[in-house]
Amino acid sequence: MQRSNIFDYKKYRYFKIAVAIILIAITAYLIFEPTIGHYGGSWLGYILGSLSAALVLWMTWYGVRKRRYRGSGATQGWLSAHIYLGTALTVIVTLHSGFQFGLNIHTFAYFLLLVVVISGFFGNYTYMIYPRQMTENMGEDNLDGLLLRIADADKLARQIALTMPDNINNTVARACSETCIGIDLLEQLRGYQPNCPTALAVEQLTLMGDNLSAELRKPYRELYSIMVRRQSLVKRVRQDLMYRARLGFWLYFHVPFTIALLVAMTAHIVAVFFYW
Amino acid sequence: MIKVVKPEHFNIIIIGAGPSGLSAAVRASEQNVSYLLLDAAQEPASTIRSYLRGKLVMSEPRGLPLRSPLPFTAALRETVLETWEKTIAEYNINVRYGAKVLDLRRNIDCLEIELADGAKLTADHVVLAIGVQGNLRKLEIPGGDLPQIQYQLDDPLAYQDETIVVIGGGDSGVENALALTGRNQVIILNRAEDFSNCKDSNLNQLTDARKRGALDWLLETRPQSIETNLKSEFPITIFAKTPNGVERIPCHRVIARLGALPSRPLLESFGVAFPTPDLAALPLLSTHYESNVSGLYIIGSLAGYPLIKQGINQGYEVIEYILGNPVEPADTSLLREKFANFCNDRGIDDVLAKIRKSVPLLAMLNTLQLRELVLESNILLPEPNEVIFKRNDYSTTFFFIVEGELDVLIDDDDVPDDTLKAGEFFGEMALISGRRRTGTVRAKTNCVLIETPRRVMQKLIGSVLSMRRMLDEVAIKTAVRITIGLSLSEKDLNDIASNATLRNFAAGEELFHEGDEADGLYLIQRGSVTVSRMIGGREVVLFYVAAGHYVGEMSLVSGEPRYGTVRAAIETQAVLIEAGRMREIIADNPEIRSVLDARYLQHLQEQENRQHMETMQDSSGSLGQQSTPSNLISFLIQQGVGEATDVLLIDESLCIRCNHCEQACADTHGGATRLDRDAGPIFANIRVPTSCRHCEHPHCMKDCPPDAIHRAPHGEVYIDDSCIGCGNCQVNCPYDVIQMAVIHEQPERSLWQVMLGIQPKSSPKIDGPKVAVKCDMCKDIADGPLCVRACPVGAALRVNPEALLSYASDASGDVALMGSDEVK
Repeated sequence: MQRSNIFDYKKYRYFKIAVAIILIAITAYLIFEPTIGHYGGSWLGYILGSLSAALVLWMTWYGVRKRRYRGSGATQGWLSAHIYLGTALTVIVTLHSGFQFGLNIHTFAYFLLLVVVISGFFGNYTYMIYPRQMTENMGEDNLDGLLLRIADADKLARQIALTMPDNINNTVARACSETCIGIDLLEQLRGYQPNCPTALAVEQLTLMGDNLSAELRKPYRELYSIMVRRQSLVKRVRQDLMYRARLGFWLYFHVPFTIALLVAMTAHIVAVFFYW
Repeated sequence: MIKVVKPEHFNIIIIGAGPSGLSAAVRASEQNVSYLLLDAAQEPASTIRSYLRGKLVMSEPRGLPLRSPLPFTAALRETVLETWEKTIAEYNINVRYGAKVLDLRRNIDCLEIELADGAKLTADHVVLAIGVQGNLRKLEIPGGDLPQIQYQLDDPLAYQDETIVVIGGGDSGVENALALTGRNQVIILNRAEDFSNCKDSNLNQLTDARKRGALDWLLETRPQSIETNLKSEFPITIFAKTPNGVERIPCHRVIARLGALPSRPLLESFGVAFPTPDLAALPLLSTHYESNVSGLYIIGSLAGYPLIKQGINQGYEVIEYILGNPVEPADTSLLREKFANFCNDRGIDDVLAKIRKSVPLLAMLNTLQLRELVLESNILLPEPNEVIFKRNDYSTTFFFIVEGELDVLIDDDDVPDDTLKAGEFFGEMALISGRRRTGTVRAKTNCVLIETPRRVMQKLIGSVLSMRRMLDEVAIKTAVRITIGLSLSEKDLNDIASNATLRNFAAGEELFHEGDEADGLYLIQRGSVTVSRMIGGREVVLFYVAAGHYVGEMSLVSGEPRYGTVRAAIETQAVLIEAGRMREIIADNPEIRSVLDARYLQHLQEQENRQHMETMQDSSGSLGQQSTPSNLISFLIQQGVGEATDVLLIDESLCIRCNHCEQACADTHGGATRLDRDAGPIFANIRVPTSCRHCEHPHCMKDCPPDAIHRAPHGEVYIDDSCIGCGNCQVNCPYDVIQMAVIHEQPERSLWQVMLGIQPKSSPKIDGPKVAVKCDMCKDIADGPLCVRACPVGAALRVNPEALLSYASDASGDVALMGSDEVK
């Protein structure tokens, strides 16, 4: 079932608007060339600059808008516009600069803008691919449900392990207490724990079963299957956390750099008008 | 010499010390009449006493003034009982407890009553106010009268660490058993082979409890005897006959919930007449509550007034009537208000008589029922050209025409398709189907209409057999006219209607099977069906057909066996027009022939397309097979989408799990979200989250004491402020979308609070009462549902099932078969 997403929202309305803005800006840039060459201080430069500043502010407002639920209209439209106009912004700002770059606050603001837009592109990419993979990984389960099932498996495994020889008991106890799930951001992003104690335990248990007495074989098999189940549960939870982390991670660039951009842009405007 | 004991004589004997009887006794005492109040139990008000401790006793209907000296307001069960006991003492009520009436006879000059202890009493007047719960079935087995056996559960918390046997697999037995679990060992004895008589919610809780090991049950089991144990830790042992022989169960206590004996046989033994053979029918009564047995008055729930306040008022009135005092019923002033703009120069009885004379359907009601209907209804006085309701509106009220004429507009042109005259009624289609109005109704002249709520109509249809018959007949005619979309002559219509039958189908039941001989044309009146065929060895759902459309015309046209299988998606009612009759009609009306022929060809084409698609996707690998349109339709039907009017779905391939849908909902709805994004089945990346579907016949409305659940004109099912937090709707909802929550207004966050993540200072959290909350589709918010609008990526969508199912079946833009409702 294919539905309209943020890109083809209202039949690519904002894509068309963004393309139109870019075309108009480029045409104007090509037609009206000041005698001393393109620069931000020409009348076209001022128009492009004002437009860019307005767009930056409007785009920042999206972050507020999407958390204010009492407004009218659909957030989806805002996001679609945010993406397309944000992309168009890079072109307009470049034209505004007249390709005059240097080691100064102006180019610094330009650089920050690019970081914001590029991190936004990455965000788009994550939005496109991860939701589907998350659903494949989780099915109808949810994170809390899986964590509960892991806890249940732990309880059961520890109980059975108590009746087992020490080496098995120790392996299980270690697996239950030392397995980490998404302890820090890096691990969340990576989505696995190197030398995961649960995986190791399953590996070791495979070897430990050989010289067990006959009466212990049945609980051993049960324990083994619990640990295998635990391993797959842990893997799914890590995967889910990884997807979540990756869906959110780019915002750690997008948002702080936006704030930095606002500051740099203010500095750029103040500098232009007071110290030019 | 035999001493003849002359029976004690009273002017009035009141049987039953419930609210109605108590009220009558108190009034009789005020009036200084010789009276006696009898009750079979040892205490007054046994029905209310049998409520669980701490239950809220309701005082509906709110508008009705209380006119009896017996005080009553909505309060906890204990408070109500305490107040009444105080009143009994205060008035020094002449009451005899433990007095069970065995027989009541009309003698020449008085009524004679025989009690279980052999005593005989006579009276000039007898007021029967025994309710419908008073006659509890008792355990008729040896040991059935031991003190450890009880017929009600007062306070489940009073029992700890006991083994308790509950006898009876009905709702009250199951509810008692469930209330006792956790602290006690509970065993249910059920003489049936399952608990199919229980409400679904009770059944679910019961199954859960057994899974947890909290209780156990024995099926097809009947108690045989109970013995006392002297030495054991268990005071009694119950012997029960099970399919595997006799079982010995030592226990502390037996709670027997065997239901009440129906009161009709008892009343008939007194000589009371009933209008219909229906076991639930109400006795024939005069406006003064007098039955056909002169001097025998019947009031309260036995007379069809289940509400406490009504019964109390009737207790007062009946005494006044007996004393010959003119007294207007308590509702007269309310009725006068209703009639303020209509015939206000005449007396109420006169106006009611006029209504009865002009509307034949209302003439079927007795005076009390008519008064109640009018009281619950609105009197409308539309002027010419005023629209009563519009096509595609969701409104479920029913209209009687007392005066005037109205136009019906079924299609889009402004030309009236039909005229309704005084004495007729309209609105029965929406009442039956629970769907949008099928036509617009507009006043042609000045009219007088009675607009009656759906709930009242359903109650009447359930109790007045002749009314149901007449409504069915008219509904069949309307169904023929609207679904086939042709204007047949009145004669033809009558002919069809008299040859048509109403059929009911349970969810999943087949209307007909592929390959069957054609038995006729089915017009779906209520519910919906799926059409499926066997393709490549499996049953493939091709279409979904909603109420207001017909199925089965293909074989009628072609004369071949049934082309597909038609199955009820939910509980469905259909009108069946026999094949032979239908062929005659087709032969007589070339117009119908051409319509059906055109439909036939169109269906053939659609089915070919669908079949092609299914087989294409079958061969394109496992993933393709999994998400064929038919599988998606089947999945959605399984999720109850067939009875929905508007469903929230989440496209999991777009959802970025940001939870803005839930937050937006909570933020604008008193802090409690009405959807659970994370819970609910998924198929082909479409999740049906836990959220209200706004059913056609909302399950939640079934049992709402303050009548707080309504349907708005655009279909939103919502709960208003009069919710008392009883939780019935939560239990009745099969989709778990209603929760109980404390509502506190959420102040809007300022810009700084949003940016810095500060929670606004909400008004001091008062632990207010919990009320039922559910999705109201943001009906009071401009721009529509916030869950959808707050979703940044467009993963949340709300759809009506016709749009959705036709979308899923990809009917190439042609949704004629799926429904004519506008697609949002």
